[in-house]
Amino acid sequence: MRSGRSSRPTECEGALPIDPATAEAHRAIEAIWRIESARLIAGLARVVGDIGTAEELAQDALVAALEQWPTAGVPEQPGAWLMGTAKHRAIDLIRRRQTLERKHEEIARDIERAQEGLDLDTAIDMEVGDDLLGLIFMACHPVLSKEARVALTLRVLGGLTTEEIARGFLVPVSTIAQRIVRAKRTLAEAHVRFEVPSGTERVARLASVLEVIYLIFNEGYSATAGDDWARPALCEEALRLGRILAELATNEPEVHGLVALMEIHASRLRARVGPSGAPVLLLEQDRSQWDRLLIRRGLAALERAESLGDAMGPYALQAAIAACHARAATAAETDWPRIAALYDAVAQLAPSPVVELNRAVAVGMAFGPAAGLELVDALVPEPLLKEYHLLPAVRGDLLRKLGRSDEARAEFERAASLTQNARERELLHRRAVECAAEGLAG
Amino acid sequence: MRVLILAKEGDQSVSATPPTPEAMAEFQRFNQELVKAGVVIGDGRLYPSSQGKRVRFDGKKRTVIDGPFAETKELVGGYWLWQVRSMDEAVEWLKRAPFDGHTFEIRQVFETDGM
Repeated sequence: MRSGRSSRPTECEGALPIDPATAEAHRAIEAIWRIESARLIAGLARVVGDIGTAEELAQDALVAALEQWPTAGVPEQPGAWLMGTAKHRAIDLIRRRQTLERKHEEIARDIERAQEGLDLDTAIDMEVGDDLLGLIFMACHPVLSKEARVALTLRVLGGLTTEEIARGFLVPVSTIAQRIVRAKRTLAEAHVRFEVPSGTERVARLASVLEVIYLIFNEGYSATAGDDWARPALCEEALRLGRILAELATNEPEVHGLVALMEIHASRLRARVGPSGAPVLLLEQDRSQWDRLLIRRGLAALERAESLGDAMGPYALQAAIAACHARAATAAETDWPRIAALYDAVAQLAPSPVVELNRAVAVGMAFGPAAGLELVDALVPEPLLKEYHLLPAVRGDLLRKLGRSDEARAEFERAASLTQNARERELLHRRAVECAAEGLAG
Repeated sequence: MRVLILAKEGDQSVSATPPTPEAMAEFQRFNQELVKAGVVIGDGRLYPSSQGKRVRFDGKKRTVIDGPFAETKELVGGYWLWQVRSMDEAVEWLKRAPFDGHTFEIRQVFETDGM
């Protein structure tokens, strides 16, 4: 996902050695693709109606650039060149479709489209912002599974290659490739329209978009599997998508709430990892390492969210919780009663055992470990948390504070056995060992 | 990755000739495009170096020097902080800027872990 590791130019080069000028042109093309591809695909998708065809047309233009630019030079307006090239192919395609024999309804649809944009040139060059928004809504359509939405979004909006997405999620390339192919097919079969939804539909569709962006962020922020505690490149992608969305849907409080949440969480990325790569938990982090710029951006986005909505949505509430931590100069100064109250509000909006567990942590900090433990104990029979490593981890922490070291040690060991992240497992084992030592000392 | 874009404004940093309204509008349009693309995460324009100070460190001694400073070519008139995926992307964006006659410098910000 990071610079210099992308495989796009080599996909077209094969094994042939290339001269420095060509290599330079390929690097420029890759960067231009990164800048232009989402807008390109969005403009084409509106005209041809489906993401699959739009992406193919955009890819064709990319191949043409790879063929021509190394010798002809990179055009002065590369974005316009790519769009122009893809546009011509789109026009060819639509004409071909119209002359081919096929079902009536399909002809009708194409004619409708051709009439919509009598002049394809102006149709494609229309307001780019709405196109991008339309593409985001399409790629994040609820008809798709979460995994499919994530892969398709990174591909068509992030401009990432299948290889890059696979690397980000630590799954085989073929898995991601299949997900993307199936996603496009599902969208086509469900006749999902390229549109910016309004009214009540918009609320549900937007929730799906926000979920996808937050999923990408979280996979980067607390990698669920593998050896890395975090994969910042995914956080960067999610933040970028969120920031773009915030500029497109300026009046949606939850968009700004999500951006605020991601900015503030990302501000802690470098403090979350110790020198040896081991995780450092929030209250133990060196706060001077927190990124003040991201905190400032996060607080500004939160303010924006608060000024737009009557009541805060789940993302804005979580951002408000993150902001409590960001505002505290030291861990001891954290406003835990306010955090507990905010979790109350989250639990009322979107009740879930995980939220309840977080609320228990805040209550434990605000009103003492016994109060927290009472809430956690009530969650133990919860089937949804049966395999969730943070339940025994939190319970262990509260038990330890109450001096019940033996029980705490057992909980930390159980938590270690449940997590799939190697770094986190080490940390939990260390906690268990510390508890054992405290038990002996006590 | 993050890059810092430094505007080497040369003599302007001393004399602060205000840009024409047209140039400003064109610049605003470009900046807006960058913001919409999620690239800009911070920016600022600097007062001329005549209002600046320098502090020189020599052992225990600190010498404060008042502006303006002589080496006009090296003076910074403004900065952007961008979030991009590669230096190439930063170059491609910067090439699109509506500037004429200035030099801009792109420097990668050191980050411990990719962020």
